[in-house]
Parts: sequence; C-alpha cells; structure tokens
Amino acid sequence: MVPADEGGGLMRTDLLTEPVDGLDEALAAVDAFDGALASGLLRPQPDRAAGLLGLADAVAGTPLAAKAAEAAEKAVAGAAGEDHFVALAAARTALLGAVHDALGARAEEATGRPRGERSTQGDGPREAAQEVNVLVAARSWLSDLARCGWQGMDHEVVAGAAPVVSALLPEPGLRRLAALLDGFAAELAASCPGASLQQVPERRWADLWARAMLLTVPGAAEMPETATVSGRLLPLGVDVHEHPTAVQAQIHAVLEPADGSAARLVRASVSAPKPDTVVGAGLWQLLRPHLSLLEALGEGRAMELTDMPVTAEGDLLWSDGHARQGEPADPFATARVALPTATEAPTAPLDRHPARLAVPVFVEGYAAQLDEGGLTLTLAGQALHVDADRIPTASPLTPEAVAKSGACIGLLRWDAGRFTLQPLAVESTVRKKTVALHAGAWAGGTTDKAGVKGEKAATDAVKVLRERAGRLLRK
Amino acid sequence: MGDGALSGWERSSTARVIAPARPRKLAKVPFVELADGRLQGVVSSGSDIGRVYVSSVTAGEFAYACSTNNNRPCGGARGSYCNHIAAMVKEAVLQYGAERVARYLKCDLADAEPDAASLTRAMLATRPPAGDSKAAATVFSRFLRHLAYLEFDPATAPLPEMQWFPPTRAVA
Ligand SMILES: [Zn+2]
Repeated sequence: MVPADEGGGLMRTDLLTEPVDGLDEALAAVDAFDGALASGLLRPQPDRAAGLLGLADAVAGTPLAAKAAEAAEKAVAGAAGEDHFVALAAARTALLGAVHDALGARAEEATGRPRGERSTQGDGPREAAQEVNVLVAARSWLSDLARCGWQGMDHEVVAGAAPVVSALLPEPGLRRLAALLDGFAAELAASCPGASLQQVPERRWADLWARAMLLTVPGAAEMPETATVSGRLLPLGVDVHEHPTAVQAQIHAVLEPADGSAARLVRASVSAPKPDTVVGAGLWQLLRPHLSLLEALGEGRAMELTDMPVTAEGDLLWSDGHARQGEPADPFATARVALPTATEAPTAPLDRHPARLAVPVFVEGYAAQLDEGGLTLTLAGQALHVDADRIPTASPLTPEAVAKSGACIGLLRWDAGRFTLQPLAVESTVRKKTVALHAGAWAGGTTDKAGVKGEKAATDAVKVLRERAGRLLRK
Repeated sequence: MGDGALSGWERSSTARVIAPARPRKLAKVPFVELADGRLQGVVSSGSDIGRVYVSSVTAGEFAYACSTNNNRPCGGARGSYCNHIAAMVKEAVLQYGAERVARYLKCDLADAEPDAASLTRAMLATRPPAGDSKAAATVFSRFLRHLAYLEFDPATAPLPEMQWFPPTRAVA
C-alpha cells in the first residue's frame, strides 16, 4: 500500500495506462462477434464466420467450450436456435468477465487497497427456478433481434419488446430484465430502421443483448441476501443511472462494522420505473421517500445500521427500518481516513464486465485541465480522463467545478479502451476556505434556485400524469 | 460498417444513444413519442376534461390522423393538420429538440432554423394526405401504459444493468 502521507494522492495512476496482458486479443474477439451480430445471424455473410467461430475459440479452454463451438457452427450456417444464442451470449460474457478481472486487478493495484475475498465462483444460476413464460417471450424477442441484426432491424421487430416489458414490470423479481429491455428497446426504436444508421454502437448493443439473453435464464437475476450487517455507514457519494423510463441512485459508502471487523465498501441502491417526462431534479423526488440515506447524504451525515440485509457483492438491501440517523460525517474525511483500508466485495460471476467496474477512489494534488479534448486530471505526470458527462444535471457539481478543484472523490471506471474517473464530489479552495461540492447534494432536497425550479416542474408533471391516470386509466 | 477499426463510440459500452427528454409542461399534451415510425401523442381536450385526442403524423409521408379516445374523428383534421396536431408537434420539439423530431420524421428543413414552426411548415408544404386512424387505439394504449409507470413501487434491490445507462449532460 502507498502511505497516505506521500503526497499526490494515493493512486498509482501510472499503472492505469500500462498495457494489460491479453486485453487486446480478448476485445478483438468480442469486436468480431459484435460485427457479426450487427449484420444479423439469419443468414450470416461468409466474412462473418470468423467472428462467430473466433468467439468460440476464445473460450476454448473453459467449461463453455463445447456449447460455444456448437452454437458458433450453427450460427455460421444460419441455423442457430434460441439455446445457441444463449450459448453465444454466455461465451461473450465469459470473455468480458476475464477482461473485467484483469482490469479490476489493475485498479486494485493502483488504489493500493487491501484485497477482499474473491470467491463467489460456483454460485451460478440456480436450477430450481421455474421457467417463467415471460422469460421465454423475452428470449424469443432477443432471438428475433439477433437474426435481424442492428442493420436489419425495423419498427416491427423492435415493437415486440413492449408486451414483454409490460409483463415484466409488475414482477419485482424481474425488475433487472425489465429495466434493461425497456432502456435497450427505447434506443433501438429511436434508431430504426437500422439500414439507415451511419454508425452503430456495436459494443454497447451487443452488451445489452448478451446481458438480457443471460437474464432470461431462470434464476440468473437473483441476488440473494447472504448476511446482515450492523455498524456505522459513512457515505462517499452517489452515482446516478437513468434511461427514459427508469432511474437508479447508488450510494457508495464505507461500513465500519459494529463488531470491530475491517471496514468494507458497500453500496445502497434505490431505483424506480418512471415516465420519460420526469427528469432532472424530479428523479430525486421519486427516489427520496424510499432511501433515507439520500437525505443523510445531502446533509453530510453518517447512518447507524442494525441488521441491514446485504448480498455477497456488498449491496445493502436497504429498508429504512434497519437504519437511523447518525452523526455528521464529511465524505472527504471518510475518503481520506476510512477509504484507504476498506475492503471491496467480489463481483457476482455473471456481473463481471468492464462496465460494472466502479471503484471508489480519492485523488488530490492534481493539475486539472478542461479543453476541447475533455477534462483531465494529471497526477504524478499521468493524465487521467474525467468522465464529466456522468455528473447528473440536478446537482451543484459541474465539469467546470471539477476543473477548478484540488481534491476529488470519484469512481474509477473503464470504457472504450481506457480508465476514466467519474467525479462524485470535489473540494476546492475559495478565498482560503475549503468548499465541497457533491453530485448528490440535492438528493435530500435543496434550496438552490435551479434545484427548486426543477423540483417544482417535476411535481407539476407528476400531478398532471396522476390526474390523467385517475381519469383515464381505470375505465 | 463493422469492419476495421471501430471508433471510440462504437467500442463504448456506455455510448449515449438518446439524450434525456427535456422538461416541459404536460397540461395540454400529456404524452408525445417518436415510435412505430410516427410522431404520436395525446392532447387533452380544452373543453371536456374526460376527453383526449389521439394525434399522429407518419415519418416520411407526414400523413396525419386525429380522433378522440372514443374513436370519433376530430372535426379540425379535415384537409390539413388540426390544432391538436400543431400542439403535439410543438410539445414534441420541446421534449426531444427540433432536430431529433425532424430526423425521425425524415423531414428536410433545408436551411430553415429547426423549430416547431419550420417543421410544421415543411410538412404542410408537401400537402400531406389524411392517414387512417387505425393507430389511435395503439397510441392510446401506449399512453395508458406510460401512465402506469407511476404505479410501480421503487425498489432497493440493486439493478446492475443500470450501470449501462449513465446520465448525460447533453441536451436533446
Ligand atoms: Zn385534432
């Protein structure tokens, strides 16, 4: 571990730009498969065969080898069935899982934090779950998509998602697949017909397709409670996710267990389906009543947890009954003092993917630069790109504020070939005083003018929709 | 496409494909969407709070249709766009931005500044035909489905897939 007093922050940014063994080969196989999927698997052109067979070759040394090889051969012949599509999705997921592990190990070295337990292997999907009709329907839609490819899709095939999503949404246990398919289908619908697309987000759509495919396997989406935790929860910051009809806020925090065991990194999440016209500050409004932690975050407080359920991946399954308000706790103090020794939970086997990497980090003493090339923080001569686009708009934190800051709590991520930093909060010095700005400052409510205006607009929008629903929905 | 070096956007798991809707007042037009090859929406009647109009314009041809939720044709939509359709176009431009609406409808604005007025003008200049109102039932049920999103309870189990949907500061 790098001692905290060495200056320049704790992070070994130099490690983040060094090549990772095997990464290029794995991603080349993924890209070639994604190209084949883009042009459709109904009757693949001969030049796509290599992409399909290459994916199977890339997992040749794994338990998936035989199934992947058979699926690839069938796909090349234009004869792949639904089970073959699932096998291809599994092979692609396994490959990106390996990429995830290599990048995760690198991020771990860079942060210098102690390594958490890393074995959830063998926890794969459970057999017991019943084949649910709606999962069959979802798989059938995803198979139709694979046959068309992004270049062959039209409104008709994309519209097939709507009844599936409608059937999934009311089932709390199927929310993961519902939220995924809903967001995915909205993007596809906005991009139809595929034949006229000039550019296709091949990696992204193949990711979404493959994940959805695996979630149609009964039991795959289960994230069971494995323990309960008690102790002091110190929030670091909030990460927001949204698409037109869903939103999620995920709070990253350090848990200091009451039993005196080592501090650990945990997350608390709250999500909701939403109408596409509820945006901005309205998102906080929707989520706020269900996670008291959002308010604690806004007020800069810790919370005391008693027997809060938690998954093996470090996700708290929050219910307000297991939490009460704690003492004031400055996230920057948490980042400086508690974060460096907090251990990270392992990622569930199916969830291993580079896009899932979100490693809490603290950096300071950098030189920030904002120009046409984007925003970078330079630490010990190494530039780290800042993904400023991830800062939610309903927040006092802005890219400009990051550019003027001296310390930053963020999430280390990896996308499109490089590590990036997603800012969650920054500290800067204004007239010799230290001022902090948090992405989640408005999560619990705000008196900020723009925030108040946004909340009012959202309240009005929801009011109109509820009135319309009351009058028209139950007829 | 697909071969050779892919761009950063093509190789990004979190490439932003659509910008979030912009906030707008919903009182008059509670619902608009670009779907099924149409701009379609629901417009509240100014005189009867229990009545709504279902309006649509098709992409490419700009064929229009407007009827009530009880399937009565709109009196204003004879020979040209009615006020409901004009209001729907205006609100769609607020929600999605004029460029996205024009792109979706395949409407060539030539050199005109993209806004609701230029979009409507460009479509009307092609003397659009009256379309059939068969889609009205679908649009109305999509609106009801949309309203139902407020009825689902928030949940605190994590949704790992939402990692693929980061926010964007880009505006529509
Ligand atoms: Zn009308």
